[in-house]
Amino acid sequence: MSVVPISYYLVLSAILFGLGVVAFVFKRNIITIFMAIELMLNAVNLAFVAFARAHNQLDGLVFVFFVIVVAAAEAAVGLAIVITLAQNRESLNVERVNLLKF
Amino acid sequence: MLILDHLWIILALPLAGAAINGLFGKNWPKSAINSVAIGSVSLAFLAVAELVREFSQLATNQIPWVKDYFTWMTAGVLRVDFSLQVDQLTIVMLLTVSFVGMLIHIYATGYMEHEGGYYRFFSYLNLFMFFMLTLVLAANIVVMFVGWEGVGLCSYLLIGFWFLKKSAADAGKKAFIVTRLGDFGFTVGILLLFWTFKSVNFGAIFAKVSENTIDVGVLTSICLLLFTGAIGKSAQLPLYVWLPDAMEGPTPVSALIHAATMVTAGVYMVARMNPLFSRAPIAMLAVAIVGAVTAFYAATIGLMQTDIKKVLAYSTVSQLGYMFLGCGVGAYAAGIFHLMTHAFFKGLLFLAAGSVIHAVGGEQDMRKMGGLRKKIPVTYWTMLAATLAIAGFPPFAGFFSKDEILASAFAGPYANTILYGIGLAGALLTAFYMFRLIFLTFFGEAHYDEHKVHVHESPKNMLVPLVILAILATVGGWFAAPKFWGGQDYFHNFLDPVFAASDKLTPALELSEEAAHTLELELSGVAVLIALIGFFVAWWFYIRKPGTAEKLAERMHGAYTLVLNKYYVDEIYLALIVRPLLWVSTNVLWHVVDEGIIDGTVNGTGRVAREAGGQLRELQSGNARSYATWVVIGAVGVTAVLLGVWGMVH
Repeated sequence: MSVVPISYYLVLSAILFGLGVVAFVFKRNIITIFMAIELMLNAVNLAFVAFARAHNQLDGLVFVFFVIVVAAAEAAVGLAIVITLAQNRESLNVERVNLLKF
Repeated sequence: MLILDHLWIILALPLAGAAINGLFGKNWPKSAINSVAIGSVSLAFLAVAELVREFSQLATNQIPWVKDYFTWMTAGVLRVDFSLQVDQLTIVMLLTVSFVGMLIHIYATGYMEHEGGYYRFFSYLNLFMFFMLTLVLAANIVVMFVGWEGVGLCSYLLIGFWFLKKSAADAGKKAFIVTRLGDFGFTVGILLLFWTFKSVNFGAIFAKVSENTIDVGVLTSICLLLFTGAIGKSAQLPLYVWLPDAMEGPTPVSALIHAATMVTAGVYMVARMNPLFSRAPIAMLAVAIVGAVTAFYAATIGLMQTDIKKVLAYSTVSQLGYMFLGCGVGAYAAGIFHLMTHAFFKGLLFLAAGSVIHAVGGEQDMRKMGGLRKKIPVTYWTMLAATLAIAGFPPFAGFFSKDEILASAFAGPYANTILYGIGLAGALLTAFYMFRLIFLTFFGEAHYDEHKVHVHESPKNMLVPLVILAILATVGGWFAAPKFWGGQDYFHNFLDPVFAASDKLTPALELSEEAAHTLELELSGVAVLIALIGFFVAWWFYIRKPGTAEKLAERMHGAYTLVLNKYYVDEIYLALIVRPLLWVSTNVLWHVVDEGIIDGTVNGTGRVAREAGGQLRELQSGNARSYATWVVIGAVGVTAVLLGVWGMVH
């Protein structure tokens, strides 16, 4: 059985991460942006897992667990912010949330 | 041995007086301030008197009596102790300073009675006494320098005592800055002295110099540098310009600081350093020339002055010149003796002038006085005694001292006929301008408004010092009267231990006793004749034929204008030094260096920070997506750098 080379995983991870970045920068809907963040996190997770497997070490897997835990916490806080925002602005457009500036 | 063992008492008394009056005296009644001020100097004088008694019991090998109190500073071989010493020269100076100082304190209680800042005045005056006594008692040149600068400070404070008056404040500054020029030379002289002798103590320096191993060139440099300090302090050419302006201060200050004591500090210093000066003939000649030329030069200016205090100021400059002439021709004792008699008669002249000014309600112009003889008789008679003394009429004090200086200039070890001639010409002018002062002030018709000015004799506390000083100005010369005048010459015998070693360095003129007496008699005769001529000319000009002076002035218009304007020296200094300095200070140091470079740097730093902040804060747009873009750019940048570094390593 042939092993999929690590570069495949890394390229996939980079593509996913790049998509996440593009979505994060260009999308205006805050929930879409939120999903872009999740996409980037999971792209990184994929890279971690790939490295862990290639080097046959557990460290990468441990990192992944931490990232998943932090992402869960972040999702909880982030969704709370989104709800508050929706109540106050009656919109999910981030362009309208720009009062904190110079 | 109370005082000998505790020399600090002499210094502590006036210092305590200054501190008490200065710190607490503001709301005290005048009687309390008087008792502190006069009490402290009187006790200091009593301490000096007791010191003289104890000193007379010391064995010869115990002199100079040195007391080390504490080590002030050490650095490498440099070690400066706070130490005081007493020898014969110190005793003479201590007696003069403390006694005249005490009398002037008493006088000042009358003169300053109606002035504001009474406590301040006496605090400064006591502080001056402290520094002057420090200067005189110092056992090394650094402690002497402390006193030297301290009296300069008090001089500044007291000249500018009426500091709301611009001319007084300016005069104080001028005195301080001009003497600072001389003090620069003095400081360098101290450094060279230490560098050469590896010690600052007089005892160690004099012991080493008496081995005659020090190069004459170095000694000459040291002496000339120290003498520069004396030129500034004692108002000699070319730094005399501050002293006439110093007359802006209250008259007791002029009497104490600018006639009797502080300005003579330079003479004292030269006499104190006599083992060095006597081994540097060129420096001696410089001292003598500066002294003689100043004596004559200042006297010529004194001829034309109309302000009674200005006449006395130029007279002081001139008399200080005589003292330096005495030191410069090797007659240190004569110089110091003239210093002492000058303290008596010039102190008296100033105090009497103050009494005159007091009497005519603050007027200082002699042309607006006249005919005061009958109205203020005590002032008149005391001032006449001082005038006879300064003009050099026997048996008044000035006759003996000035005669001796001139005799030494003519026949002493460093005799110089030209300098003798200049000194003699100065003596003629001295007699003239002093009697001119007397005639203008006390004789003739009254030129003041008799309805407005109520002429009155001064109160007792002003007259008593006048009378005491008048007695001293009359008989004070007898201490030093040479044998053929029937005296014992106590003064020279007393000071002999200080100057004997220097006297032996240069062979005196070999004269038989009879020839010496004849010469002395001839020289005295010439001096008295000169004084008489001066008196007669003044009498002719101002009593016999009033108006002669004006006619002469018209005929010699050019010379008259030149001297009347004090040879334009102030104007020349203004044009050559003050103006360029002001111009450079204003246009270069102020507008370019300060405003341009220093302010520019500070303001520029601020402006850069503000401008940069103004630009950078635009980044804080509040737009989450632009932040994200920056994060991405940053991440890409960091990654690129890392990859670059990684690529360079591998």
